[in-house]
Amino acid sequence: MSEMSKVTYRIRRYDPNRDTAPHYETYTIDYTPGLTVLEGLWLIKETLAPDLVWRASCRMGVCGSCGMLINGMARLACNTQISDLGTDQLVLAPLPNFNIIRDLVPDLMPMLSTHQDLHPYVVRDDVAEQEEPTGEYYQSIHDLEQYLQFSYCIKCGCCMAACPTVATDPTYAGPMPLGQVQRYNTDTRDGGFEVRKEAIAGERGPWRCHYAGECSRVCPKGVDPAKAIQLLKRQMVLDVFGLRAKKCPSKLVGKPKDAKRRNGIPEAPKPTV
Amino acid sequence: MSDTKHHPNRLGLWGWLGGGRWGMERYLYALHRVTGLGLLAYFLLHIVVTSSRAFGADRWKTAMDAVTGPLFKFGEYLVFVAFAFHAANGIRLALLELGFAVGEPIEPVYPYRTSVHVQRPLAIGALALAAVLVAIGTASMWLVD
Ligand code: SF4
Ligand code: SF4
Ligand code: FES
Repeated sequence: MSEMSKVTYRIRRYDPNRDTAPHYETYTIDYTPGLTVLEGLWLIKETLAPDLVWRASCRMGVCGSCGMLINGMARLACNTQISDLGTDQLVLAPLPNFNIIRDLVPDLMPMLSTHQDLHPYVVRDDVAEQEEPTGEYYQSIHDLEQYLQFSYCIKCGCCMAACPTVATDPTYAGPMPLGQVQRYNTDTRDGGFEVRKEAIAGERGPWRCHYAGECSRVCPKGVDPAKAIQLLKRQMVLDVFGLRAKKCPSKLVGKPKDAKRRNGIPEAPKPTV
Repeated sequence: MSDTKHHPNRLGLWGWLGGGRWGMERYLYALHRVTGLGLLAYFLLHIVVTSSRAFGADRWKTAMDAVTGPLFKFGEYLVFVAFAFHAANGIRLALLELGFAVGEPIEPVYPYRTSVHVQRPLAIGALALAAVLVAIGTASMWLVD
């Protein structure tokens, strides 16, 4: 690919105000070393197709906006070097398994509202403590490692686009929301296992997953939702037999009583949230 | 957004097979479902055929005559192959779904090594077990009288 000077984008386009069905349009741009798929899209928009629409923001694999199907694989456009694709012919389409809003923009709302339904936050009884913290909840480094990997999820939806169960079963919650259930269930500060168990009961729950592993293969952040879902199932089975370790929610570690502030160290600023 | 018409884009059955350069686990997933449906269909047919015995020896003989011949023998062989795969892969899935062989949560460092890599030897082992079962079944059905 070292002598590549042009690159061709075949883009699946759909404008709800103009088209009845999606169709492909082809654009050729100059290639410069280091060009990402997202930068190529900007070039096309600036020079060839001002009405081309996609979603992106951070352009560094953090915001989760730019997930799309690139040469058959769900990936982040900003995170994908054209030179890594091994071809100068690109085929771009919106993430499958989501309705298309326009061009490369998928409607992620069903995924995000399912995620919201599954209590993706620390659930505890001591609401007053959470509103006005007087200390910190205990958590060891080992405890942290049990969920840290799953907390890197940026909600890009690539895993949902790759999952064969999501492809045929609209009731299945999917790898992103279920991965986050395991993320919070495993957090020792959390006591929400029971409410989430209710929330994932039935068709939408993890038992619809039969380890195709595609979610983990495409995840651009190494979250490994397939692993999270199998570990979630183990917890649910242990729970049925009353064998689930109940070390949550962890205790509050109050501020040390007799500690004195060292000279020259200023007070922390007031909390803003 | 409410007045915008969205275009449906769910992959459907194509999502079991196509959509990209996928790994072997996706095909094991699709094959597991297809063989499961095949075994279910065979099971229902089996119940219908054997229940004919309840209506007398003549009905039983007629039913048995209807399901003999080389085509049915080959069909039974396919059922056995489906069983061998479904059983071996089922053991793999039962282990995975109980959280074995997927590894512990780790700090993801690029290039990512996921649970798919960790369980791969198990997937290969399941296929090898299925192959051994199929070989035994082939020998006993077609080679040994
Ligand atoms: S699990 Fe990975 S692929 Fe799925 S939404 Fe999160 S970051 Fe994206
Ligand atoms: S492992 Fe489960 S959630 Fe992930 S792609 Fe496969 S079926 Fe879907
Ligand atoms: S633009 Fe933010 S992840 Fe790609």
